[in-house]
Amino acid sequence: MYEDEIREVLEEHGISSELTFNPAIDRRQFLTALGGGIVVLLTLGCAEGRTQDRGTIGLQPREPSDIWGWLQIAQDGAITAYVGKVELGQNARTTLTLVVAEELGVGPRDVELVMADTSLTPFDMGTFGSRTTPYTVPPLRRAAAAARELLLDLAAEKLQVGRGTLVLGGGAVKDPASGKSLGFGALTEGKALMQTVPDNVPTIAPSDWRVVGHPSPKVDGELIVTGRRKYASDIKRPSMLQGKVLRGPALRAGLSSVSTREAEAMPDVVVSHEDEFVAVAAPTVEAAEKALSTIQAEWERTPQISNAELFDHLRQTARNAERGGHVQGSVADGLAQADHVIAQSYTLEFISHAAIEPRSAIAEWDGDNLTVWAATQAPFGVRRTLAGALGLPERQITVIAPDTGNGYGGKTNNQAALEAARLARSAGRPVRVAWTRQEEIAWNYFRPAGVIEITSGVRNDGTLTAWRYGNFNSGPAALDTPYDVPNQEVVLFTCDNPLPQGAYRGLAAPGNIWARETHMDEVAESVGMDPLEFRLRNLSDQRLRDVLTAATERFGWGSAPAGEGRGVGLGCGTDKGGYTCSCVQVRVDPDTRGVKVERIVTAFDCGAVINPLQLENQIQGAAIMALGGALFEATQFADGEIKNPTFSTYRVPRFSDRPVIECVLVDRKDVQSSGAGETPFAGIAPAVGSAIRQATGVRLRSLPMAPHGVPA
Amino acid sequence: MIELHVNGAVHQLDVDPERTVLSVLRDDLDLTGTKYGCGEGACRTCTVLVDGEALPSCQMQVGQAEGHEITTIEGLAKGDELHPLQRAFIELDVMQCGYCTPGMILAASALLQRNQDPTEDDVVQALEGHICRCGTYQRIIEATRQVAATMRGGQ
Repeated sequence: MYEDEIREVLEEHGISSELTFNPAIDRRQFLTALGGGIVVLLTLGCAEGRTQDRGTIGLQPREPSDIWGWLQIAQDGAITAYVGKVELGQNARTTLTLVVAEELGVGPRDVELVMADTSLTPFDMGTFGSRTTPYTVPPLRRAAAAARELLLDLAAEKLQVGRGTLVLGGGAVKDPASGKSLGFGALTEGKALMQTVPDNVPTIAPSDWRVVGHPSPKVDGELIVTGRRKYASDIKRPSMLQGKVLRGPALRAGLSSVSTREAEAMPDVVVSHEDEFVAVAAPTVEAAEKALSTIQAEWERTPQISNAELFDHLRQTARNAERGGHVQGSVADGLAQADHVIAQSYTLEFISHAAIEPRSAIAEWDGDNLTVWAATQAPFGVRRTLAGALGLPERQITVIAPDTGNGYGGKTNNQAALEAARLARSAGRPVRVAWTRQEEIAWNYFRPAGVIEITSGVRNDGTLTAWRYGNFNSGPAALDTPYDVPNQEVVLFTCDNPLPQGAYRGLAAPGNIWARETHMDEVAESVGMDPLEFRLRNLSDQRLRDVLTAATERFGWGSAPAGEGRGVGLGCGTDKGGYTCSCVQVRVDPDTRGVKVERIVTAFDCGAVINPLQLENQIQGAAIMALGGALFEATQFADGEIKNPTFSTYRVPRFSDRPVIECVLVDRKDVQSSGAGETPFAGIAPAVGSAIRQATGVRLRSLPMAPHGVPA
Repeated sequence: MIELHVNGAVHQLDVDPERTVLSVLRDDLDLTGTKYGCGEGACRTCTVLVDGEALPSCQMQVGQAEGHEITTIEGLAKGDELHPLQRAFIELDVMQCGYCTPGMILAASALLQRNQDPTEDDVVQALEGHICRCGTYQRIIEATRQVAATMRGGQ
């Protein structure tokens, strides 16, 4: 289902699903530019995950030009891998580095990873949807393995020994018998070898991993703790100006008149005005702000939907756009067989990603060629947008996405890139446009709001007989129930959405899983069953059963303390190849009705664990972030105005909100690894809601559940 | 001219005294380890030490900073020797995106200056104003308390 959602995300941001590979890259030029050595190309044929990935965007493989990654071992022995992915804090940089290091028998520090530069790295549609691990790791692993095999061949030839006796280690190939050793550099000397990955290249078995699968801190941790890592907003170019863009008073407000005369008369100020784009650039941020404040503009506003009308509006504008869903059996028959029928609605508000680094971009023109450094999850998409808006061929544009201050799906575009490019063209100098916090929240898109309506039937013995599920607007990820229900109608409705909306961590999975799991608790209650027992009764998916068991065992389900305003709950689900179950304990203050989540246990199965140290960090972080949307985050809006676009008005989880969080890593060495940044998010909200129900008797069916405490 | 003391160096700057310390550090002195987060002192991403006290640099005008010693993340290590908190953040793999890290480390270092044995609650109180959207709060607390324990043990 979530492939549909990704296609939608791409189209929403002007990225056509007719994707082409980087036209600027020519194999020969490329090898020359890299300076020889060994280059292993990752082409479609070798990309086991990638083939599937391409399928989602409806493309036919076009060998051999469909190169989407490469790995080089240079004449000095340096190992460099090139991938189009972006590092957002999800640890793609470390993950991919470990995989290469493993196959080449070197340490993580011996591998350099070049990421997310449209002129240096191969096309990548964007870093979202937990795709790096399932789709980039396997082919990169095979490319590194192919390089290793080639090095062994070269060494066998040079040393005149059988290949089987050679040993790889420390950036060299050794012949134990003779004691001779040749470094990777020496082996590649004078060579300019390029090859694609053979189909049958052997990769190291998970049981033999010595780097992957073991705790490994970030490869660039020292850059971070010393402040030397350059985020997009830290890039500085010679004679660069700072840009500020005129924003309207509300979304969809039209500019009816504008006077920039005063700003134009200010020293060192450049004004750029094209249609509705009005912006200034000046030597300092403060000077640019001052110039912007002198601009006189009049706007025409249109009445728009506000929070109070949101859910009715979604229901009333619903149309089935065949975005997802399915029918099996007969829900009418299933309901007729049921002893109890439960029908409930669940709603979720728009929420903001509030990435800690607001989007920014630095644009620099060299004649008709443009280079942009941009905080984005999709540099190739940003390049496409720039090309379209500026009327330039893509080959004249380079977009570089430095490691960014997180995104959570909120940076699949970057509007600042075009703003900076236009200003830089007007100024004839490089310009940086760094959005303020207010701009980042109010002028970005939001996680879709939604209404989810569920009607289910259950027998007295706890067997589900019918499942009718309608999702209005919140999206297709994890739309289908993992439970065994013979009669189902599942449908996703497209609605008019009053705010711009797009990807958010987990896409629609956290919303769908929250509504479904909350409903499952209600059904369990109707037949007087324990939530765990009821789920296991209706669940044959073994991996989901396993995380349910793992989480509840660690948590002490059934013996956890209740009373004194305390309650426990659980929530589970599967999405993007991961299986998650969270158990939580909450305490609701009897006087203030405030909710404190005291303890969380999350069991997570994402196949073979690549890096347990970082996996635990992702699970813990997902739990913290999920608490915000579960309990108190909601975008307040009226007539196109975002009313809470600051950190003092839009509350996000802080230190004092953190519970004790325990992680149970269900390491499945026999299963290909899937991504881990998103799915562990999904069990938190339903578990919290369920625990609040136990603590107070109140069933909460709206996200956020308790922005002002639990209603009495 | 404004005389600004940063990381032990003295800078004579011809800047508007009403500009923020944050913008002058980043754009005039190239000390980009100090990050913008909200512009209202509500996320503390831009924290620096002013005479040893952790303050949001977006809320201080550069004119007000004259006569005070500012320490940014670039000035925390002693030459090549990282501050124990910097080492602990690496070893415990505290960071995800790392954008709030400089502010967190500086604020934690200020805490350890005045409290060599902080409880978990002490750390929470000292850092409550700081936002980590990646949600690494628990590891930040662990790193801070681990460093405190090591420093006490070493005395």
